[in-house]
Amino acid sequence: MNDTPLHAPVQAAGIFAAYDVPDFFCELMNRKDGIPPALQDVKNRLAHFTLADLRHRTTAAEAQLYRLGITFTVYSDREAIDRVLPFDVIPRVITATEWDHIERGVQQRVQAINLFLHDIYHDRAILRDGIIPADLVLNNPNYCEAMVGLNVPGGVYVHINGTDLIRDQNGRFLILEDNARTPSGVSYVIENRHMMLRLMPDLAAGLPLRSVDEYGLKLHQSLCEVSPEGVLDPQVVLLSPGIYNSAYFEHVFLAREMGVPLVEGKDLVVENHRVFMRTVAGLRPVHAIYRRLNDEFLDPLAFNPDSMLGVPGLVEAYRRGNVTIANALGTGVADDKAVYAYMPRIIRYYLDEDPILDSVDTHICAEPDGLAYTLANMDKLVIKPVGESGGYGLLIGPHATQDELDEFRRRLKENPGNYISQPVVNLSVSPTLCPNGVEARHVDLRPFALTGRSTWVLPGGLSRVALRKGSLVVNSSQGGGSKDTWVLAS
Amino acid sequence: MQPGLNNLLSRYGECMMWLARYMERIENLARLLEVTESFVRGPDGQPGWDTILQIHSDEDCFYARHQTVTEQDVIAFYVTEKENPNSIKAMAHSVRENARAVRPLISTEMWMQLNVFTRWVLDLQPADIRMNSLSGLCNRLKQECQTHFGITEGTLYRDQAWLFYLLGKHLERSDQITRLIDIRYHTLLPGHETVGSEIDITQWASILRSAAAYHAFRRLQPVMTTPANVVGFLLKNDAFPRSLTTSLRLLDSTLSTLAGHGSLRRLCAPIQERVAELRVTLADQTVDDIIIRGLHEYMQWIQTQISKVQQETALAFWPVTPHCGTASGQAQQ
Repeated sequence: MNDTPLHAPVQAAGIFAAYDVPDFFCELMNRKDGIPPALQDVKNRLAHFTLADLRHRTTAAEAQLYRLGITFTVYSDREAIDRVLPFDVIPRVITATEWDHIERGVQQRVQAINLFLHDIYHDRAILRDGIIPADLVLNNPNYCEAMVGLNVPGGVYVHINGTDLIRDQNGRFLILEDNARTPSGVSYVIENRHMMLRLMPDLAAGLPLRSVDEYGLKLHQSLCEVSPEGVLDPQVVLLSPGIYNSAYFEHVFLAREMGVPLVEGKDLVVENHRVFMRTVAGLRPVHAIYRRLNDEFLDPLAFNPDSMLGVPGLVEAYRRGNVTIANALGTGVADDKAVYAYMPRIIRYYLDEDPILDSVDTHICAEPDGLAYTLANMDKLVIKPVGESGGYGLLIGPHATQDELDEFRRRLKENPGNYISQPVVNLSVSPTLCPNGVEARHVDLRPFALTGRSTWVLPGGLSRVALRKGSLVVNSSQGGGSKDTWVLAS
Repeated sequence: MQPGLNNLLSRYGECMMWLARYMERIENLARLLEVTESFVRGPDGQPGWDTILQIHSDEDCFYARHQTVTEQDVIAFYVTEKENPNSIKAMAHSVRENARAVRPLISTEMWMQLNVFTRWVLDLQPADIRMNSLSGLCNRLKQECQTHFGITEGTLYRDQAWLFYLLGKHLERSDQITRLIDIRYHTLLPGHETVGSEIDITQWASILRSAAAYHAFRRLQPVMTTPANVVGFLLKNDAFPRSLTTSLRLLDSTLSTLAGHGSLRRLCAPIQERVAELRVTLADQTVDDIIIRGLHEYMQWIQTQISKVQQETALAFWPVTPHCGTASGQAQQ
């Protein structure tokens, strides 16, 4: 085995003996400015495991996830296959200082997003002041006319927000995108922790880890705080598309953690512009709905008349202030990939503060300069369609073949407004158990923020890891796995 | 239990009831398949596979897919053919869908076992059931069902969800036992004149075995195995857990508990009345009375009543259009 180019002395190399992190910032092994003592502790403990032991625990973990049905469903050729999100037993660790920075940054971001949404559905000052092109907002497919002039309780539009963070090669945290519609993945954060504590109690013992168990309580509390005024004991429900949805497990998890019914559209009825659920004792009022259904499926009367998932009359009940819907409708404008480019300016505009967390430099192909720059530098950029999620349809220039570049150039010219481009960020890596041993794999981080009267950020978040060597795509639909995320209290 | 605290979603109530019914049905079918292979013999001395078809009124469905009644075809029909809604695979599929729907409600242990069990059944292929291993398969099926009932008893929170689960379980047992008696009695005693004549004890014992009643019956009736004794035991024995009278008694007491939930009293009343009538007719007749007046007619009548209980439960607790007048949230008074 080779010596490793580690920056800090290794007492017991063990499973890290062959670990190599050429140019990247490594969450555990290569932090440029040395490894903080708390991390050194985790690293030393990890080094005492053998590869065989780690593999054994991984197998046990995945078998347990399968039995527990902590799975997402993949549909192919009339068959539904339940898949376990691959789980890596080596945790990703965040120091207290780093977390403080992330937490403040996410809170600021959420605050700005809520102010922005209120503004664009009321006075539109930001459009008048020319901070962001009116066309980009008002003609955005996610802009929701039903929200215009509507006052939502507490001015909160985005009650649940997921912020995708990456780190560049200097370890700087950057916001990659906002998820302000129905961000998913939080159940994995909590289940991963439980799994970790069951499987590797020896690794976590005695370390000052921040707990993730409060999420359900905090979510319920936030939703109660923004329920319609005058309701003393609000009935919260979680609205799911149903058992065939690929994220159904998460819906079950959240309903259970909150202690509220998981309902489907057919369980709800609207009478006299009030929302009720069908119970064995008849209709019972509902005051707040955490929906895991996209806007267009919520109400066949207001949107897609063919949708069987929604509740006829829900939007009118909402507009009359009889029910709170979380997240509000029309929040997709705020997490749009083109609007993203303006977020630093949006933060400055509403809060008169500099962004605490930086964004990735973004070129908007709808603008002539942005398009020209993008076309000239395709092989160096990541080019993303603005409407897609899940890492689909994007081009990673440096990894693309000439044919792929040519094909993408054609698509880009055809519809420039559909794309943005960003420099390739060399995502940080984290040691990950791979077929050939412990190797460096790229990771991101999605912290979850809940907003009722104030904004609370779950300490940690979902660390997704691109399991394929060199890959930058961490999405579960494309070969991604996940890790437990440890936020150290000190 | 504190009435009114827990207002179960209608859909949950329905799913809990069917979850219990299907699990009970799978257990019964597994037992019946096993007993048929080992003990049930037709006039030619061959296993009486056609009686299973009769018990479930599945002849049409079977002959639409198969030419003749062979062991292999009947077993495939009842185990792996998903197109047969009464096959174990089709029922496991229903169990899975219902369990997924009530997953927010049931214990993690319940879900985990159902998850693994149903996936196992759904993956079963005809090749997995070699003829000489049917009994092993049936045993595992029974055990999985019993494990489920045990976990449920030990971990499910006792709210309305539990009561609907119990309704389903007792209703299904009542249905199964009457079907079993009806068909087997008449295949063994086709004509009235044969009552009291020489009988094949093994065959009568097989009816008891199909209901897991053989040893209990022996303890009670060490000497006389007569058709009337067997039928009487299965219908009227208070101590046997799968007898009709036990199932009806438990159905009744489950409904009483449910009716104790304030606003549900009115909804439970007509169903309680029907079950009470069933119990009275059973208690008021001796088994000889029942046989003389017509066992078949009586079994048919009970099955009709059971299916009405199911319909009335659906109408009361998960109506297609929700009850009027309760929308103001005043149904609790």
